[in-house]
Amino acid sequence: MIGVGKIKQYSNVLDRPLSKGKQEVSLSAFAFLFSELVQYNQTQVDNISELERRLEDAGYAVGARVLELLCHREKGNRRETRLLGILSFVHSTVWKVLFGKVADSLEKGTEHEDEYMISEKELLVNRFISIPKDMGTFNCGAFVAGIVRGVLDGAGFPAVVTAHFVPMEGQQRPRTTILIKFAEEVLRREARLG
Amino acid sequence: MAPPGAPRSGDAIFASVERVNAELFTLTYGAIVRQLLTDLEEVEEVNKQLDQMGYNIGIRLVDEFLAKSNVTRCVDFRETAEVIAKHMAVIQVGFKMFLGVSASVTNWDADGTCCSIILEDNPLVDFVELPDTCQGLYYCNILSGVIRGALEMVSMKTEVTWARDMLRGDDAFELQVKLLKQVPEEYPYKDDE
Repeated sequence: MIGVGKIKQYSNVLDRPLSKGKQEVSLSAFAFLFSELVQYNQTQVDNISELERRLEDAGYAVGARVLELLCHREKGNRRETRLLGILSFVHSTVWKVLFGKVADSLEKGTEHEDEYMISEKELLVNRFISIPKDMGTFNCGAFVAGIVRGVLDGAGFPAVVTAHFVPMEGQQRPRTTILIKFAEEVLRREARLG
Repeated sequence: MAPPGAPRSGDAIFASVERVNAELFTLTYGAIVRQLLTDLEEVEEVNKQLDQMGYNIGIRLVDEFLAKSNVTRCVDFRETAEVIAKHMAVIQVGFKMFLGVSASVTNWDADGTCCSIILEDNPLVDFVELPDTCQGLYYCNILSGVIRGALEMVSMKTEVTWARDMLRGDDAFELQVKLLKQVPEEYPYKDDE
Protein backbone atom coordinates (compact mmCIF):
# COMPACT_ATOMS: atom_id res chain seq x y z
CA MET A 1 0.00 0.00 0.00
CA ILE A 2 1.47 3.28 -1.05
CA GLY A 3 1.91 5.92 1.56
CA VAL A 4 0.37 4.19 4.52
CA GLY A 5 3.66 4.56 6.33
CA LYS A 6 3.44 4.80 10.05
CA ILE A 7 -0.27 4.46 10.56
CA LYS A 8 -1.44 1.12 11.81
CA GLN A 9 -5.01 0.23 12.30
CA TYR A 10 -6.51 -0.63 15.61
CA SER A 11 -10.12 -1.57 16.03
CA ASN A 12 -10.36 0.40 19.24
CA VAL A 13 -8.82 3.67 20.30
CA LEU A 14 -7.85 2.15 23.63
CA ASP A 15 -5.85 -0.60 21.95
CA ARG A 16 -3.48 1.93 20.46
CA PRO A 17 -0.18 2.33 22.24
CA LEU A 18 -0.02 5.57 24.16
CA SER A 19 2.30 7.99 22.45
CA LYS A 20 5.08 9.59 24.45
CA GLY A 21 3.64 12.98 23.66
CA LYS A 22 6.76 14.27 21.96
CA GLN A 23 5.04 15.10 18.69
CA GLU A 24 4.88 18.74 17.79
CA VAL A 25 3.09 21.00 15.34
CA SER A 26 4.05 24.51 14.39
CA LEU A 27 2.96 27.28 16.72
CA SER A 28 1.20 28.97 13.80
CA ALA A 29 -0.92 25.89 13.16
CA PHE A 30 -2.13 26.11 16.75
CA ALA A 31 -2.54 29.88 16.60
CA PHE A 32 -4.65 29.64 13.43
CA LEU A 33 -6.80 26.94 14.97
CA PHE A 34 -7.24 28.79 18.23
CA SER A 35 -8.17 31.97 16.44
CA GLU A 36 -10.88 30.07 14.56
CA LEU A 37 -12.16 28.75 17.88
CA VAL A 38 -12.43 32.29 19.22
CA GLN A 39 -13.97 33.70 16.07
CA TYR A 40 -16.53 30.93 15.79
CA ASN A 41 -17.57 31.39 19.40
CA GLN A 42 -17.87 35.12 18.86
CA THR A 43 -20.60 34.40 16.33
CA GLN A 44 -22.51 32.36 18.91
CA VAL A 45 -22.74 34.91 21.71
CA ASP A 46 -23.94 38.42 22.35
CA ASN A 47 -21.82 39.39 25.31
CA ILE A 48 -18.29 39.02 26.60
CA SER A 49 -18.99 36.85 29.61
CA GLU A 50 -20.89 34.41 27.44
CA LEU A 51 -17.89 34.26 25.09
CA GLU A 52 -15.54 33.61 27.98
CA ARG A 53 -17.86 30.91 29.27
CA ARG A 54 -17.85 29.16 25.92
CA LEU A 55 -14.06 29.30 25.64
CA GLU A 56 -13.85 27.97 29.16
CA ASP A 57 -16.15 25.10 28.23
CA ALA A 58 -13.90 24.22 25.30
CA GLY A 59 -10.90 24.32 27.62
CA TYR A 60 -12.67 22.21 30.22
CA ALA A 61 -13.05 19.41 27.68
CA VAL A 62 -9.33 19.61 26.98
CA GLY A 63 -8.45 19.63 30.69
CA ALA A 64 -10.52 16.56 31.49
CA ARG A 65 -8.63 14.62 28.81
CA VAL A 66 -5.25 16.00 29.76
CA LEU A 67 -5.73 14.80 33.34
CA GLU A 68 -6.52 11.29 32.21
CA LEU A 69 -3.69 11.22 29.70
CA LEU A 70 -1.02 12.58 32.02
CA CYS A 71 -1.99 10.50 35.05
CA HIS A 72 -1.67 7.48 32.84
CA ARG A 73 1.57 8.47 31.17
CA GLU A 74 3.51 10.45 33.75
CA LYS A 75 2.26 9.20 37.06
CA GLY A 76 1.70 5.46 36.64
CA ASN A 77 -2.07 5.79 36.88
CA ARG A 78 -1.98 7.61 40.19
CA ARG A 79 -3.53 10.97 40.71
CA GLU A 80 -3.04 13.56 43.38
CA THR A 81 -5.42 13.62 46.33
CA ARG A 82 -4.00 16.61 48.18
CA LEU A 83 -4.54 20.26 47.36
CA LEU A 84 -0.92 21.27 47.01
CA GLY A 85 -0.16 18.10 45.11
CA ILE A 86 -2.78 18.74 42.46
CA LEU A 87 -1.83 22.41 42.21
CA SER A 88 1.79 21.63 41.58
CA PHE A 89 0.69 18.94 39.11
CA VAL A 90 -1.15 21.65 37.16
CA HIS A 91 1.61 24.22 37.52
CA SER A 92 4.41 21.83 36.56
CA THR A 93 3.34 18.67 34.75
CA VAL A 94 0.31 19.95 32.87
CA TRP A 95 1.93 23.26 31.96
CA LYS A 96 5.12 21.60 30.82
CA VAL A 97 3.32 19.18 28.53
CA LEU A 98 0.89 21.69 27.05
CA PHE A 99 3.01 24.81 26.89
CA GLY A 100 6.54 23.43 26.97
CA LYS A 101 7.46 25.11 30.25
CA VAL A 102 6.54 25.22 33.89
CA ALA A 103 4.19 28.12 34.72
CA ASP A 104 5.96 31.29 35.88
CA SER A 105 4.49 31.24 39.35
CA LEU A 106 2.07 29.54 41.69
CA GLU A 107 0.91 31.60 44.64
CA LYS A 108 -1.59 31.38 47.42
CA GLY A 109 -4.04 34.26 47.67
CA THR A 110 -3.28 36.53 50.60
CA GLU A 111 -6.84 37.58 51.31
CA HIS A 112 -8.73 34.36 50.92
CA GLU A 113 -7.79 30.91 52.14
CA ASP A 114 -9.44 29.20 49.19
CA GLU A 115 -7.71 31.14 46.41
CA TYR A 116 -4.61 30.25 44.45
CA MET A 117 -3.07 31.89 41.42
CA ILE A 118 -1.03 30.62 38.53
CA SER A 119 0.63 33.42 36.60
CA GLU A 120 2.23 33.52 33.22
CA LYS A 121 4.06 36.44 31.72
CA GLU A 122 3.05 35.59 28.20
CA LEU A 123 0.34 32.97 28.03
CA LEU A 124 0.47 30.99 24.81
CA VAL A 125 -3.13 31.67 23.84
CA ASN A 126 -2.76 35.41 24.41
CA ARG A 127 0.35 35.78 22.33
CA PHE A 128 -1.30 36.66 19.07
CA ILE A 129 -4.37 38.24 20.53
CA SER A 130 -5.06 41.90 21.00
CA ILE A 131 -8.24 42.88 22.72
CA PRO A 132 -10.21 45.69 21.10
CA LYS A 133 -11.22 48.44 23.52
CA ASP A 134 -14.92 47.68 23.23
CA MET A 135 -14.35 44.17 24.50
CA GLY A 136 -13.24 45.39 27.89
CA THR A 137 -11.80 42.73 30.13
CA PHE A 138 -12.19 39.85 27.74
CA ASN A 139 -9.34 37.38 28.12
CA CYS A 140 -8.63 34.43 25.85
CA GLY A 141 -6.96 32.92 28.87
CA ALA A 142 -10.49 31.75 29.68
CA PHE A 143 -9.62 28.78 27.52
CA VAL A 144 -6.64 27.95 29.74
CA ALA A 145 -8.74 28.63 32.83
CA GLY A 146 -11.10 26.01 31.44
CA ILE A 147 -8.26 23.54 31.02
CA VAL A 148 -7.24 24.10 34.65
CA ARG A 149 -10.83 23.69 35.82
CA GLY A 150 -11.15 20.51 33.76
CA VAL A 151 -8.05 19.01 35.34
CA LEU A 152 -9.05 20.02 38.88
CA ASP A 153 -12.64 18.91 38.53
CA GLY A 154 -11.67 15.56 37.09
CA ALA A 155 -9.27 14.99 39.97
CA GLY A 156 -11.99 15.74 42.53
CA PHE A 157 -11.13 19.35 43.28
CA PRO A 158 -14.06 21.39 41.98
CA ALA A 159 -13.18 25.06 41.67
CA VAL A 160 -14.15 28.27 39.96
CA VAL A 161 -11.30 29.26 37.66
CA THR A 162 -11.00 32.61 35.91
CA ALA A 163 -8.37 34.39 33.84
CA HIS A 164 -7.33 38.00 34.42
CA PHE A 165 -4.87 40.45 33.00
CA VAL A 166 -2.56 41.98 35.58
CA PRO A 167 -0.58 45.02 34.42
CA MET A 168 3.12 44.76 35.11
CA GLU A 169 5.33 47.70 35.86
CA GLY A 170 7.81 48.40 33.12
CA GLN A 171 6.22 45.85 30.79
CA GLN A 172 4.15 46.71 27.80
CA ARG A 173 1.92 43.69 28.00
CA PRO A 174 0.12 42.56 31.11
CA ARG A 175 0.68 39.12 32.48
CA THR A 176 -2.15 36.62 32.72
CA THR A 177 -3.19 35.29 36.08
CA ILE A 178 -5.35 32.22 36.39
CA LEU A 179 -7.32 32.57 39.61
CA ILE A 180 -8.46 29.34 41.22
CA LYS A 181 -11.12 29.49 43.89
CA PHE A 182 -11.75 26.05 45.38
CA ALA A 183 -15.16 24.85 46.44
CA GLU A 184 -15.82 24.72 50.16
CA GLU A 185 -15.91 20.94 50.26
CA VAL A 186 -12.37 20.78 48.92
CA LEU A 187 -11.04 22.91 51.78
CA ARG A 188 -13.05 20.97 54.36
CA ARG A 189 -11.66 17.69 53.08
CA GLU A 190 -8.15 19.10 53.02
CA ALA A 191 -8.50 20.27 56.65
CA ARG A 192 -9.75 16.84 57.68
CA LEU A 193 -6.76 15.16 56.04
CA GLY A 194 -4.56 17.46 58.10
CA MET B 1 22.84 25.22 3.90
CA ALA B 2 20.62 26.16 0.98
CA PRO B 3 21.65 29.26 -0.95
CA PRO B 4 19.58 32.34 -0.11
CA GLY B 5 16.45 32.54 -2.20
CA ALA B 6 16.27 28.81 -2.88
CA PRO B 7 13.07 27.05 -1.82
CA ARG B 8 13.42 25.50 1.60
CA SER B 9 12.35 21.99 2.47
CA GLY B 10 9.42 21.42 4.78
CA ASP B 11 11.71 19.70 7.25
CA ALA B 12 14.05 22.66 7.38
CA ILE B 13 11.23 25.12 7.95
CA PHE B 14 9.58 22.94 10.53
CA ALA B 15 12.86 22.67 12.39
CA SER B 16 13.27 26.44 12.45
CA VAL B 17 9.79 27.61 13.44
CA GLU B 18 8.40 27.74 16.96
CA ARG B 19 6.47 24.63 17.79
CA VAL B 20 3.92 23.49 20.33
CA ASN B 21 2.94 20.14 21.70
CA ALA B 22 0.76 18.29 19.21
CA GLU B 23 -1.55 17.04 21.95
CA LEU B 24 -2.61 20.57 22.82
CA PHE B 25 -3.40 21.07 19.15
CA THR B 26 -5.23 17.75 18.84
CA LEU B 27 -7.31 18.20 21.97
CA THR B 28 -8.16 21.80 21.08
CA TYR B 29 -9.35 20.65 17.69
CA GLY B 30 -11.42 17.97 19.40
CA ALA B 31 -12.99 20.63 21.61
CA ILE B 32 -13.93 22.62 18.51
CA VAL B 33 -15.55 19.63 16.85
CA ARG B 34 -17.51 18.84 20.01
CA GLN B 35 -18.72 22.43 20.29
CA LEU B 36 -19.88 22.36 16.69
CA LEU B 37 -21.70 19.07 17.20
CA THR B 38 -23.49 20.51 20.22
CA ASP B 39 -24.34 23.81 18.53
CA LEU B 40 -25.27 22.67 15.07
CA GLU B 41 -26.69 19.21 15.82
CA GLU B 42 -26.61 18.13 12.16
CA VAL B 43 -23.43 16.30 11.19
CA GLU B 44 -23.68 17.77 7.68
CA GLU B 45 -23.66 21.29 9.12
CA VAL B 46 -20.61 20.46 11.20
CA ASN B 47 -18.79 19.25 8.08
CA LYS B 48 -19.63 22.54 6.40
CA GLN B 49 -18.53 24.68 9.33
CA LEU B 50 -15.23 22.80 9.69
CA ASP B 51 -14.59 23.30 6.00
CA GLN B 52 -15.35 27.00 6.36
CA MET B 53 -12.97 27.34 9.31
CA GLY B 54 -10.30 25.56 7.31
CA TYR B 55 -10.90 27.90 4.40
CA ASN B 56 -10.48 30.93 6.69
CA ILE B 57 -7.21 29.48 7.89
CA GLY B 58 -6.03 28.56 4.40
CA ILE B 59 -6.39 32.04 2.99
CA ARG B 60 -4.30 33.47 5.84
CA LEU B 61 -1.83 30.63 6.15
CA VAL B 62 -0.65 30.99 2.60
CA ASP B 63 1.07 34.29 3.43
CA GLU B 64 3.21 32.75 6.10
CA PHE B 65 3.90 29.82 3.85
CA LEU B 66 5.15 31.98 0.99
CA ALA B 67 7.19 34.14 3.34
CA LYS B 68 8.98 31.21 4.95
CA SER B 69 9.33 28.70 2.15
CA ASN B 70 10.87 30.88 -0.61
CA VAL B 71 8.61 29.05 -3.00
CA THR B 72 8.04 31.27 -5.97
CA ARG B 73 4.73 31.74 -7.66
CA CYS B 74 3.96 29.26 -10.35
CA VAL B 75 3.06 31.68 -13.15
CA ASP B 76 5.62 30.46 -15.66
CA PHE B 77 3.94 27.18 -16.32
CA ARG B 78 1.93 26.90 -19.48
CA GLU B 79 0.26 23.59 -18.83
CA THR B 80 -2.43 23.34 -16.20
CA ALA B 81 -1.19 19.91 -15.25
CA GLU B 82 2.25 21.27 -14.51
CA VAL B 83 0.84 24.05 -12.41
CA ILE B 84 -1.20 21.74 -10.27
CA ALA B 85 1.70 19.31 -9.98
CA LYS B 86 3.89 22.10 -8.72
CA HIS B 87 1.24 23.19 -6.27
CA MET B 88 0.82 19.70 -4.95
CA ALA B 89 4.55 19.53 -4.26
CA VAL B 90 4.12 22.79 -2.41
CA ILE B 91 1.28 21.34 -0.35
CA GLN B 92 3.57 18.56 0.75
CA VAL B 93 5.97 21.19 2.05
CA GLY B 94 3.06 22.90 3.78
CA PHE B 95 1.98 19.78 5.64
CA LYS B 96 5.49 19.32 6.91
CA MET B 97 5.95 22.96 7.81
CA PHE B 98 2.74 23.37 9.80
CA LEU B 99 1.88 19.93 11.12
CA GLY B 100 5.22 18.20 10.93
CA VAL B 101 3.74 15.33 8.93
CA SER B 102 4.55 13.81 5.57
CA ALA B 103 2.05 13.67 2.77
CA SER B 104 2.38 11.90 -0.54
CA VAL B 105 0.70 12.80 -3.80
CA THR B 106 -0.54 10.04 -6.09
CA ASN B 107 -3.41 8.85 -8.25
CA TRP B 108 -3.08 11.48 -10.96
CA ASP B 109 -5.81 11.35 -13.57
CA ALA B 110 -4.98 11.30 -17.27
CA ASP B 111 -5.02 15.06 -17.84
CA GLY B 112 -3.22 15.78 -14.61
CA THR B 113 -5.85 18.00 -12.98
CA CYS B 114 -6.98 15.62 -10.28
CA CYS B 115 -4.88 13.83 -7.71
CA SER B 116 -4.82 12.45 -4.20
CA ILE B 117 -2.97 13.58 -1.13
CA ILE B 118 -2.33 10.71 1.24
CA LEU B 119 -1.43 11.55 4.80
CA GLU B 120 1.08 9.31 6.43
CA ASP B 121 0.28 10.66 9.81
CA ASN B 122 -2.57 12.81 10.99
CA PRO B 123 -2.19 14.65 14.28
CA LEU B 124 -5.85 15.67 14.32
CA VAL B 125 -7.12 12.18 15.05
CA ASP B 126 -5.07 11.06 18.02
CA PHE B 127 -7.37 9.84 20.79
CA VAL B 128 -10.36 10.00 18.47
CA GLU B 129 -13.01 7.41 17.82
CA LEU B 130 -16.21 8.28 16.01
CA PRO B 131 -19.33 7.25 17.90
CA ASP B 132 -22.24 5.71 15.99
CA THR B 133 -24.13 9.00 16.07
CA CYS B 134 -21.38 10.74 14.08
CA GLN B 135 -20.94 8.32 11.21
CA GLY B 136 -21.51 11.01 8.58
CA LEU B 137 -18.89 13.28 10.11
CA TYR B 138 -15.71 14.12 8.23
CA TYR B 139 -13.76 14.72 11.39
CA CYS B 140 -10.75 16.26 9.66
CA ASN B 141 -12.76 18.39 7.27
CA ILE B 142 -10.86 21.45 8.39
CA LEU B 143 -7.87 20.15 6.40
CA SER B 144 -9.76 20.09 3.12
CA GLY B 145 -10.86 23.66 3.79
CA VAL B 146 -7.29 24.74 4.46
CA ILE B 147 -6.09 23.27 1.17
CA ARG B 148 -8.96 24.78 -0.77
CA GLY B 149 -8.42 28.20 0.79
CA ALA B 150 -4.67 28.20 0.33
CA LEU B 151 -4.90 27.13 -3.33
CA GLU B 152 -7.53 29.74 -4.01
CA MET B 153 -5.08 32.40 -2.87
CA VAL B 154 -2.69 31.24 -5.56
CA SER B 155 -5.38 31.44 -8.22
CA MET B 156 -6.60 27.87 -8.25
CA LYS B 157 -10.23 27.01 -7.63
CA THR B 158 -10.33 23.45 -6.41
CA GLU B 159 -12.71 20.94 -4.97
CA VAL B 160 -11.26 18.93 -2.12
CA THR B 161 -13.02 15.82 -0.89
CA TRP B 162 -12.23 12.89 1.36
CA ALA B 163 -11.69 9.66 -0.51
CA ARG B 164 -10.54 7.63 2.48
CA ASP B 165 -10.77 8.29 6.21
CA MET B 166 -9.32 5.97 8.81
CA LEU B 167 -11.89 7.07 11.35
CA ARG B 168 -14.47 5.60 9.00
CA GLY B 169 -12.61 2.33 8.78
CA ASP B 170 -10.51 2.98 5.68
CA ASP B 171 -6.84 2.11 5.59
CA ALA B 172 -5.48 5.65 5.09
CA PHE B 173 -6.35 9.32 5.00
CA GLU B 174 -6.78 10.37 1.40
CA LEU B 175 -7.88 13.75 0.12
CA GLN B 176 -8.87 14.13 -3.50
CA VAL B 177 -8.00 17.47 -5.05
CA LYS B 178 -9.69 18.40 -8.29
CA LEU B 179 -8.84 21.56 -10.19
CA LEU B 180 -12.02 23.34 -11.23
CA LYS B 181 -10.43 26.31 -12.90
CA GLN B 182 -7.48 28.57 -12.80
CA VAL B 183 -8.46 32.09 -12.00
CA PRO B 184 -6.38 34.59 -13.93
CA GLU B 185 -4.69 36.92 -11.53
CA GLU B 186 -6.19 40.37 -11.38
CA TYR B 187 -3.95 43.07 -10.17
CA PRO B 188 -5.62 45.88 -8.32
CA TYR B 189 -3.18 48.44 -9.72
CA LYS B 190 -1.54 49.02 -13.01
CA ASP B 191 2.23 49.03 -12.95
CA ASP B 192 2.59 52.64 -14.05
CA GLU B 193 0.31 54.06 -11.43
